Amino acid sequence: MIGWRAYAAVGLGSALGTTLRYQLSLALLALPVPLFPWATLAVNILGAWLIAAFAALAAGRAHGRVARWQPFLVAGFCGGFTTFSLFGLETLQLVLLGHPWRAAVYVLVSVALWLAAAWHGHGVGRRVAATG
Amino acid sequence: MELEATGLLLVAIGGALGGMARLAVGDAVARGLGSAFPWGTLVVNLSGALAMGGLVGALGLPVDMPGLSWQLLAIGLLGGYTTVSSFSLQTLTLWQQRRPLAALANVAVTLVAGLLALLLGWWLAGGAT
Repeated sequence: MIGWRAYAAVGLGSALGTTLRYQLSLALLALPVPLFPWATLAVNILGAWLIAAFAALAAGRAHGRVARWQPFLVAGFCGGFTTFSLFGLETLQLVLLGHPWRAAVYVLVSVALWLAAAWHGHGVGRRVAATG
Repeated sequence: MELEATGLLLVAIGGALGGMARLAVGDAVARGLGSAFPWGTLVVNLSGALAMGGLVGALGLPVDMPGLSWQLLAIGLLGGYTTVSSFSLQTLTLWQQRRPLAALANVAVTLVAGLLALLLGWWLAGGAT
């Protein structure tokens, strides 16, 4: 069973990540850029980088204090910050607005950059764990 | 200003509930199906996409500024429930475990079934008509 502490930590982290994602989307909405889901693309790349860096760091320091932050940071913050449902919705929205090619580019670029970010973050986390 | 604060609060509450729901569902699925493949994240993302489609079918797409129910349910609850970070890390882990087919399947099934689930939810809620 997962204890109430883990639920509280995940709920708090997720609230924080979700709020930050929303604030970022409002900030980017004000920029004069072409119609494209920039904010969701950015949060998902950042979140993928962060979760992989943290996982590698925590794995490198088995009994350290790092792993204790896992529910708050990983399942909480990173999980709430990134979003798959809004990514899918924005893809559908681009198609409905008559931009099927933008939708296709959005999906392909997103997946490639999520995975590249996770790969890069993992390397950085491992190096940091090795130095400390 | 007051409306902005209300919206922010609703997003935060939705995000907290969504994150805790993700933990509960992910844990239940992993206990049922094992953790050799990231079934938990897959079930979370597919069910979240289905629900998002249903929500859009019921509420319609936000045209200008999102309303309070959209902030609570779409941006907060479903936005916080689904995740790209765990999906990316788990795909990377499958690849590092020398299971390229499992990694590829995770990506393909998440994307294809995710978009289909969204369309299905939209259609079920009467959005396509």
